[in-house]
Amino acid sequence: MEETVVAMEEMGVDVVAAERESQTIEMSAKGVSVWFGKRKILENVNMDFPKKTVTALIGPSGCGKSTFIRTLNRLHELIPGAALAGEILYEGQDIYRQDVDPVHIRLAIGMVFQKPNPFPSMTIRGNVLSGLKLSGMKRPDHDALVEQTLTSAGLWKEVKDRLNAPAGDLSGGQQQRLVIARALAVNPHVLLMDEPCSALDPASTLRIEETIRELSKDITIIIVTHNMQQAVRVSDYTAFFLAEENQPGYVVEQGLTTEIFGNPRDQRTLDYVNGRFG
Amino acid sequence: MSIETPMRDLGKGKKANAGDRIFNRTITGAAFTSLIILAGITVFLGAKAGPVLQEQGLSFLTETMWDPLGVPPEFGIAGMLYGSLLLAVIALVISVPVSLFLAVFMVFMAPPKVSKILTNLVDLMAAIPSVIIGLWAFYVLVPPAQEWQQLLNQYLGWIPLFQNESGNFTGTPFIGGVVLAIMMVPIVTSITAEVLKRTPPELVNAAESLGCSMFTMLRYVALPFGRGGIVGGVMLGLGRALGETIAVFFVLKLVFDINFYKIIESGGGSIATLIVSKFGETNGEYEVNVLLASGFFLFLMTLVVNAIANLIVARTDRLKS
Repeated sequence: MEETVVAMEEMGVDVVAAERESQTIEMSAKGVSVWFGKRKILENVNMDFPKKTVTALIGPSGCGKSTFIRTLNRLHELIPGAALAGEILYEGQDIYRQDVDPVHIRLAIGMVFQKPNPFPSMTIRGNVLSGLKLSGMKRPDHDALVEQTLTSAGLWKEVKDRLNAPAGDLSGGQQQRLVIARALAVNPHVLLMDEPCSALDPASTLRIEETIRELSKDITIIIVTHNMQQAVRVSDYTAFFLAEENQPGYVVEQGLTTEIFGNPRDQRTLDYVNGRFG
Repeated sequence: MSIETPMRDLGKGKKANAGDRIFNRTITGAAFTSLIILAGITVFLGAKAGPVLQEQGLSFLTETMWDPLGVPPEFGIAGMLYGSLLLAVIALVISVPVSLFLAVFMVFMAPPKVSKILTNLVDLMAAIPSVIIGLWAFYVLVPPAQEWQQLLNQYLGWIPLFQNESGNFTGTPFIGGVVLAIMMVPIVTSITAEVLKRTPPELVNAAESLGCSMFTMLRYVALPFGRGGIVGGVMLGLGRALGETIAVFFVLKLVFDINFYKIIESGGGSIATLIVSKFGETNGEYEVNVLLASGFFLFLMTLVVNAIANLIVARTDRLKS
């Protein structure tokens, strides 16, 4: 797996910088277990997300990665029957404390979903600003905000002349970048991405990956992906999830992406990252 | 020089099996039956309405009188036409918000069990015969409704809408509208709930991840998405309100003069109720034809309402796609 590290360096991933940043922890999960009704989905997940880094969550389908990511911004609790044990710390505070407003958490910790989901009844501009309307958040100078977030999402040049066109006119890849701009417009510190490229073609995927690298200079990103190469290309840290049949998922191994892919300690990790199962 | 290959005959001459043929014909026949019935009704009503309109002239639609024994007999149904519309508007104003709230509660807020029970109750409510609702309204609703109207008059009487000079609060358009609203609510609620249930979960997810409240999610995501369907549901309810006969017959005092806006003043009009209340006591065939002509215009009115509804739905759908 020597090539992997080399590949990362070629992609411009600064491994040393990533390690240096790891001094400050933005978010962490402490002993997190998750249930839907009586079914246990996740078992005792402990994980730290250092500030301004990208963490990839990998593992076969049904091992609880998506469920885990949804506990990080309290979307999990909106599903009937959902339950949780343990703590999710954001800036050192448990986000599930009684006096915490979930709306504040969801604004600070944005999310991008698997399928591009712009609001079809709104324009491109309307979609970017929709978070302000939906949450009642006030931010000055909407024009500048639209330009800045669309630029960050790598979409500004393509849409700047048709901001009032319906969002449905855009291609799938453009829609996904629009959705990223929408998430950025409420100024989050963390961005959760649940397989953001799984519905996109390779060229669009590449654009999104560039966007992720660019965004990670300012915010912390946690991304679920089934694409091993993508995890190598975009992430500083990787966590490998696994679930035996009808058992809750757990974290087999986590650490620097270079370690997980280059020198895994667990045989199952080695097998998975080399495509021998899953 | 190009070489042309002959075009193939696709599917023609292929024999469908006998079962399929019989099935196709049955279905096609059934589809045409509805058209034939609709055309039959239109022709019948039109044929009866034509001579009446010729004899009475345009005043049939603009005057307010009912003089079957005069020489010549004179008729004008302006009060009835207007009354039907007024009742429908009152019913609309009351039933749409109630239905919307009920549907939102059922789909987005109530626990699944409660939602299921409510859905069944609403469907059950739609199945109550209108004559039962009329009787119930006559005995149970009207007495307290008189007090509500007195209160409205006492505190909001400065609004022309709530003026009442006679001191008689029975048989008002308001009560008629309330009864119609009760009949519209199950229809509008059940269609609205069906539409709201189809809000794509990924859009709801997106709104939730952007820190929405229930209200902002409804306003910016669910309602814009379901607009066309909800308008359609309201129009279906409105169709019922315009054409409803018996329930209104029990609670509305029919007067031929136009009651323009005093909705808590005794007396109003309704074409459907006019027909049912006059039909048993007509003076000769001509008056029957006059009633049929009134029916023709009720039919036209509902047709126009439906056309407008279709236009609205088509327009909102186009905006969406």
